[in-house]
Amino acid sequence: MTKSMQFSAKFGKFMFYFGNIIIGIIFVSPLIWMISASFKPEAEIFANMDSLTTFLPVQASLNNYAEVFSRLNLPQVFKNTLLYIALILIFDLLVNSMCGYALAKFEFRGKGAILNLVVALMVLPMEAIMLPLYIEMSQLGWVNTLAALVVPFIAKCFSIYMFRQFFYDIPDDLIEAAAIDGCSPMGTFFKIVVPISKTVYATVFILDFVAHWNDFMWPFLVMTGEDKRTIQLAVQSFFGTNPVHYSAIMAALVVSAIPMIIMFIFMQKYYVEGIASSGIKG
Amino acid sequence: MAKTKKLTGRKRDERIAAYIFVTPAVVLLIAFLVVPMIYTAYFSVFRYQIMRPDAMKFIGIENYIELFQDKNFWQALKNTVYFTIIVVPFQCALALGLALLVSKKFRGVAIFRTMYFSPQLTSMVVISVLWSVLYNANPNTGLFNSILTSLGLDPISFLNDENTAMNSIIFMSAWQGAGYQMMIFLAGLQGIPRDQYEAASVDGATKFKQFLYITLPGLKGTIKYVIMITMIQAMKLFTQPYIMTQGGPKNSTKTLVYYIYSEGFQRGNFGYACSIAAVFFVIVVCMSMAMKKVTTSTE
Repeated sequence: MTKSMQFSAKFGKFMFYFGNIIIGIIFVSPLIWMISASFKPEAEIFANMDSLTTFLPVQASLNNYAEVFSRLNLPQVFKNTLLYIALILIFDLLVNSMCGYALAKFEFRGKGAILNLVVALMVLPMEAIMLPLYIEMSQLGWVNTLAALVVPFIAKCFSIYMFRQFFYDIPDDLIEAAAIDGCSPMGTFFKIVVPISKTVYATVFILDFVAHWNDFMWPFLVMTGEDKRTIQLAVQSFFGTNPVHYSAIMAALVVSAIPMIIMFIFMQKYYVEGIASSGIKG
Repeated sequence: MAKTKKLTGRKRDERIAAYIFVTPAVVLLIAFLVVPMIYTAYFSVFRYQIMRPDAMKFIGIENYIELFQDKNFWQALKNTVYFTIIVVPFQCALALGLALLVSKKFRGVAIFRTMYFSPQLTSMVVISVLWSVLYNANPNTGLFNSILTSLGLDPISFLNDENTAMNSIIFMSAWQGAGYQMMIFLAGLQGIPRDQYEAASVDGATKFKQFLYITLPGLKGTIKYVIMITMIQAMKLFTQPYIMTQGGPKNSTKTLVYYIYSEGFQRGNFGYACSIAAVFFVIVVCMSMAMKKVTTSTE
């Protein structure tokens, strides 16, 4: 390798890092501003907008967080949110994996029709059916109850499809062997198949957790009671409630993101793989 | 003889198990997706005010006739299509660019990937509230305008001007969403064999040529998939305009879903709102079917 080639390779590497650093900083700067403002006194946030100190938490304190905790009933809000998501996920993983398994491994009349239904309903936007769904909820007396948030969202075509794709690749020999050992089809599923399919459960879990954590429109329509609010509703209403303290609003935004960040740290592998695999298979 | 009997017994067990396995999901899908879908079509041919359910009256296609003469509907459709047409190429190109920046293994690559992905860790509600503050038209309180003025540029009204409001939402949405598509592109890039690049660089092909003739064709399937999911998501735009502009200024950010919401839930015109929802549904389904056709036909 000649000297000039070495230089150009080094220069290229430098430019690569340089580009990444600049773009990365620009990319996260709104979030940095949010975090820094959440620690500042209200008067301080907009005081030095023209200098870089606007991104630094000078005079940092936790007062804004104290204000958020006193104005929003955060334990209640988190309880509301995590409870409904937990309930959806428990039934989601059970019901959809069973359906996906039957579609992958069992022979029965109507299998093709069900598979077609699942694939066809995947493109159905919730927004197109929310009006009659709301009527359905009010006729069932579910408005402002947990049931309205949970029951309609247990069965998910995309989850069924992901489970089916995963179970389809499990070798038939394994299932045959279990059957010869006297295992019933249901026993085979719960005792043999589920324990070796942790990846797909983790992937569906994290994808659906994130989707529901971000839910806004539906909870906004069916959960009107103040004590029933989910986290996104609480944040949205806090934004418009007097007194409007931007510092406290920023603290509320940060607090609302913490569970997602924790989830990301622990489930990063499955989350990223889930996003990526949806692209390869879809 | 005993063996065949056992086998048919197993077949029967399997069939029974199959129905037990599929029933809960199928019942729920029918109750909460298929039935409301049918009811959307059903209500759309009725005059149905939510406050007066007793005065429900069959009116045939009148709602649709009214809809196609409704200026607000065309405005909402135009805004939705504009958002989709601009945000899809912008966000996908941004995502691909970011993926190329972090596709190779180098020290610190995980940090940069997380940085580009980080807006995804907050919700759209959070991002909309945050950027409403950042987009403030006053240079003394809005971060972006303070940067513009310190660079010697004129401040922009962003969300307060009907000419810039939708573009402001587009820019923010692309920033928030690009990290997700970047992850899909990263997986796609892993699928392109390394030796193609090596052969090309031996032949003296520039990096740009390699991108054009190896990377892009290698990503064809991924690009189509990413465009499809971004497009469908874009058509559903609601949270951002609801929080940031309430559809304004001058209805410039009112979208189809927003219009369904405001007609159905704010004004109580349930039948009419269902006719908008039905049209919205047909548009989305046609779009995804067209995209599916394009995706499968060339592979």
